[in-house]
Amino acid sequence: MTAVAERGRRVRETSPVLAFLGRRMLGALGAILVASLVIFLGTVVLPGDAASVVLGRNGTPQQVAALNHRLHLDKPAGTEYADWMSGLAHGDFGDSAVGLAQGETHAPVWPLISGPLKNSLILALVTALFMIPLSLFLGVLAAVNAGRPADHVISLGTLTGIALPEFVIGSLLVGVFFVGLNWLPPVALVPPGANPLDDPQKLVLPVMTLLLASLASGVRMVRAGMIEVLGTEYVQTARLNGLPERRVLYRYAMRNALAPSIQVLAQNLQWLIGGIIITESVFAYPGLGTTLVTAVGNRDVTVVRDIALLIAVAYILINLVADLIVMLLVPKLREPA
Amino acid sequence: MRHRLRFMRSPGGAIGVAIVLFVVAVAVFGPYLAPHDPTAPIGPDAAPPSSHAPLGTDELGRDVLSRLLNGGRSVIGLALLSTALAYAVGMSIGLVAGYSRSKVDPALMRTVDVMLAFPPLLFLLVLIAGAGTSIAVLVIGVAAIQAPAISRIVRTSTLEVSVRGYVEAAVARGERPIAVIRREIVPNILAPVLVDAGLRFTYSILIIASVNYLGLGLQPPSSDWALMVSENREYINLNVWAVIAPAAMIALLTIGVNMTGDAIARSLGRSYVPRPVETVPPS
Repeated sequence: MTAVAERGRRVRETSPVLAFLGRRMLGALGAILVASLVIFLGTVVLPGDAASVVLGRNGTPQQVAALNHRLHLDKPAGTEYADWMSGLAHGDFGDSAVGLAQGETHAPVWPLISGPLKNSLILALVTALFMIPLSLFLGVLAAVNAGRPADHVISLGTLTGIALPEFVIGSLLVGVFFVGLNWLPPVALVPPGANPLDDPQKLVLPVMTLLLASLASGVRMVRAGMIEVLGTEYVQTARLNGLPERRVLYRYAMRNALAPSIQVLAQNLQWLIGGIIITESVFAYPGLGTTLVTAVGNRDVTVVRDIALLIAVAYILINLVADLIVMLLVPKLREPA
Repeated sequence: MRHRLRFMRSPGGAIGVAIVLFVVAVAVFGPYLAPHDPTAPIGPDAAPPSSHAPLGTDELGRDVLSRLLNGGRSVIGLALLSTALAYAVGMSIGLVAGYSRSKVDPALMRTVDVMLAFPPLLFLLVLIAGAGTSIAVLVIGVAAIQAPAISRIVRTSTLEVSVRGYVEAAVARGERPIAVIRREIVPNILAPVLVDAGLRFTYSILIIASVNYLGLGLQPPSSDWALMVSENREYINLNVWAVIAPAAMIALLTIGVNMTGDAIARSLGRSYVPRPVETVPPS
């Protein structure tokens, strides 16, 4: 009895859920730090003088030096990285290199990216809202009909989607739904400050593009997980006990098939982030992706590194959240390793 | 050799190979068949198809068909080049790490983890922002995205093979490490390492075409399928073929390579999961 009491106390002292949470959060923090270093090294340390590119051929050496100074690009790399990080810690995203080069005294990055950030989040959320239930539905449907025509159609369709770059899918959709049928607008322009959801018709083609490009791996994983679980003994026992098939599927099979699928859905969401960068450009949607692509083209390194870090953080957080959900679904994983 | 071509017997494999051969033939022989100069205007801008220009003209009045016939080499060539570079670098690192079991090993694994925790396209864009748009940056960047995953697979296979009897016999004979790696290890790890080659090639095509589409890779007036899609996107309602035709060529190429890869994987009894960067086996 004392042993039981002691065990109870020990469990309370080091709650495995909290320990897991702590470990994961530390890991995510480390990943964010590494990502910031990679971004910093990529944009700043690589050869290629951003200031002279931004100023163009007409920039005098004095102007280039002055701009480098104002962007803090003339300091040693270590100091510059520390400046960037401490600025971010205070909510200061720095100044746009292009803005300063055009003679503005103050060109903060944050106002340039806050609107696009909101637009991109809306596009991502609307897509995820369709993507997750669709992956589950199509995956379960394919698994239950494994080897039958429905399975083949789903596999072929999703495999084709994943083989195509987003811009090809988007362009073909515009060819069909705008040029051919004239049902949907070819671009998704949103005036600054307006809410993209005010005119949802504009979002249809971008969301369709992202869904077609990203559904395949989720559907395949859900299908594989379901087929595996449907062959296990406890599912057979449930069937032999005369439980209705629907109950066997949703109550017994799906819960265990879901755990690996959630990690794949998280990967899908991560793919979505890469896909959004291109899809936004295809439809001229004013999001973080189009802003990033413009900034890369202009060599606006300060804007590029801020947006790149935001995207990398989103990428890492998706992983973290997926791990937590999996842990809540599968109690087995809560045990300390 | 016969058993290696078994995958061709499945309908998917045969169709996939036929599609790939067609697209490659267009890319290789197209430039000799083009009726017009791909960079010179031949008529009004963005005109619909006519007898003079069967696919119409593009936004600068150039012949779409001639540009289409000239636009395949860059896509296929750059993707081949970066995939080959990724394999060369990935295999060298993986072989050294796996065979020597040195301190390279943990460092390599951490690098792979970092690469996997970072969106590949974002990595490439950051690289382009820092180093500028050039073909070299594009090829090296795409190779850098793929090399870590390859090196991980090579390392695992090398670890497995290097304790086998024939390797130990070669070492006991006093052969130098380079000779052991080249004659005993490489031939025996090629199959698992190359089974994903089709996937990685598709992925190179996807990402290179996407960067070209964004205007951050090849620059005008190159005739490149991805560049053609983006240049004519704005005028799609004037001449839809200037967008659809190059988009369809890219679609045929990636679908064909994927179907071929799928058929090969099936004939080897392996599953084929598209998008290679995320499919790294746990170490």
